[in-house]
Amino acid sequence: MQLEVDIEKQNGSFHFSASFSLSASRCGIFGPSGSGKSTMMHLLAGLQKPDRGIIRLAGQTLFDGTAGINRASEQRRIGVVFQHAHLFPHMDVRGNLFYGWKRTAAPQRRIAPEALIEVLNLGHLLDRGITRLSGGERQRVALGRTVLACPQLILMDEPLTGLDEELKYQIIPYLKKVFAEFAIPLLFISHSLREMRLMTEEVLVFKDGSLQAKMATEELARSSMASGGYANMLSFGRPKLAGDLWAYRWGDSELILTERGEDDDNLFELDARDIVLFKRHPEATSARNLLTCRVAGLFGVNNRIGVELVCGGNLLVAQIVPESVRELGIAPGVEVVAVIKASSFRKLL
Amino acid sequence: METLVNLSAQDTHAIWLSIKVACGATLIATPIGFAVAYVLAFSRMRSKALLEGVVNLPLVLPPVVVGYLLLLLFGRSGFLGPLLQRLDIRIIFTLAGAVIASAVVGFPLLVRAIRIGMEGIDRNCLQAARTLGAGWWDVLLTITLPLSGRAVLAGMTMMFARSLGEFGATIILAGNIPGVTQTIPLAIYEYTNTPGGDRMALNLCLVSILLSFTVLLLSEAATRTMRRK
Repeated sequence: MQLEVDIEKQNGSFHFSASFSLSASRCGIFGPSGSGKSTMMHLLAGLQKPDRGIIRLAGQTLFDGTAGINRASEQRRIGVVFQHAHLFPHMDVRGNLFYGWKRTAAPQRRIAPEALIEVLNLGHLLDRGITRLSGGERQRVALGRTVLACPQLILMDEPLTGLDEELKYQIIPYLKKVFAEFAIPLLFISHSLREMRLMTEEVLVFKDGSLQAKMATEELARSSMASGGYANMLSFGRPKLAGDLWAYRWGDSELILTERGEDDDNLFELDARDIVLFKRHPEATSARNLLTCRVAGLFGVNNRIGVELVCGGNLLVAQIVPESVRELGIAPGVEVVAVIKASSFRKLL
Repeated sequence: METLVNLSAQDTHAIWLSIKVACGATLIATPIGFAVAYVLAFSRMRSKALLEGVVNLPLVLPPVVVGYLLLLLFGRSGFLGPLLQRLDIRIIFTLAGAVIASAVVGFPLLVRAIRIGMEGIDRNCLQAARTLGAGWWDVLLTITLPLSGRAVLAGMTMMFARSLGEFGATIILAGNIPGVTQTIPLAIYEYTNTPGGDRMALNLCLVSILLSFTVLLLSEAATRTMRRK
């Protein structure tokens, strides 16, 4: 995907302006509410008209203020998944799913409906009226409906915000699977850093209606270490029972966790503050995980230091204070022992 | 029961005319009412308040005044008079006049019902349809129209019922000509002005009640079927 945007829009007293170009296939638009994320979505989808500027997607001009080009929403082939599903209440699940598909020209129908229905696990719901769907099911139908229109780009406007925590993490694997399997570029709008990290590689950060920065999602996560802390996202396979606990293979090493992952692919979160670093191996400790690592680098945010650790081929970030760095003599290349309690890992997916 | 059977030829005519007028008025007014309701519900133009005022005027004006204004519009020396004459169309004292009078008087009720229904439609649904590739007409026919279907039906019912009872504007624009423009209310009016016509008037009153009631029942049934879908 190649998206070029340089637009301005005045909405009452709210001024919006953004100028960027994107090429990553999974991008995020990040910012607090009222920062212009939804305005960005509406302008891209053609639901609002910019006051001036240009929007180009994959070589096509969708909007050009000076040349008087403004492609209608229905001709842009930009799909939108809204915050609340907004399914058509007078149609059943099938009617909703195929609404866009029926309006897509045959040569552009590059997604097989059966495959998508399978991935989203909607087969048994096809003839159901949409009033009899749960929140998560509705959001899956909304996603399916948008994907089946075979758009060049999908915008997701806080698609997980309306769902409760548990449901949220049930939907994310579907999202990841769909975007991996059908290779559709994604622009993911959210104010949640965790969702950003799960869904995107690169983010545009908005504040007060203007674009503040464009950076890698990982960089955004590290820069917010001082405010919310940094969380390591660790992906494991199936665990083995180890006494009362569960053992997961992680690169060359093994980690002991209290929580059991029931899928082939399990995602855990580990707060960087929950990792304690030792200069030498502590002979006895109640913590179950002692990993010998090499320091790869340091980065500082205010009075916190993030220590990048390489453990058996994997990367881990621990957060400590500058004083500890000095006392332990932590510098790139130094070997340390990272100690992590088995209960510090929080299961996400 | 005997009273119901004893309808004169003039009465049956009046009943048929009433039904014809109500059907005609409803059919003519519904598409226009839908369009006006759409503009009122969805557009953001500044002159909306003015349009709203004009549409609702017949609701607050005495029907006789509406009838008189229509007479000024369609009369031989009226605003549209010369044009209608050239086209050889007569509105005044004809069935067409009765239909127009009913349509105008019932119009605000029709628009109000449809508009309320349209305002209840989730705007994001319409936007979603557009991003899925549906053009304006497509969205109108596949989303807006089905979702306001119940409101349209309710509006049509109001319109039909109002037309069955239209008196003031009709008598001014279409007159009270038996067999041509004399609907049930006009026939009742004539009976009550005729010595000994009370019984005949009562007959028509019963018919009127029966007719209105049937319309309400039919509309209720139709609404229920739509809801079930």
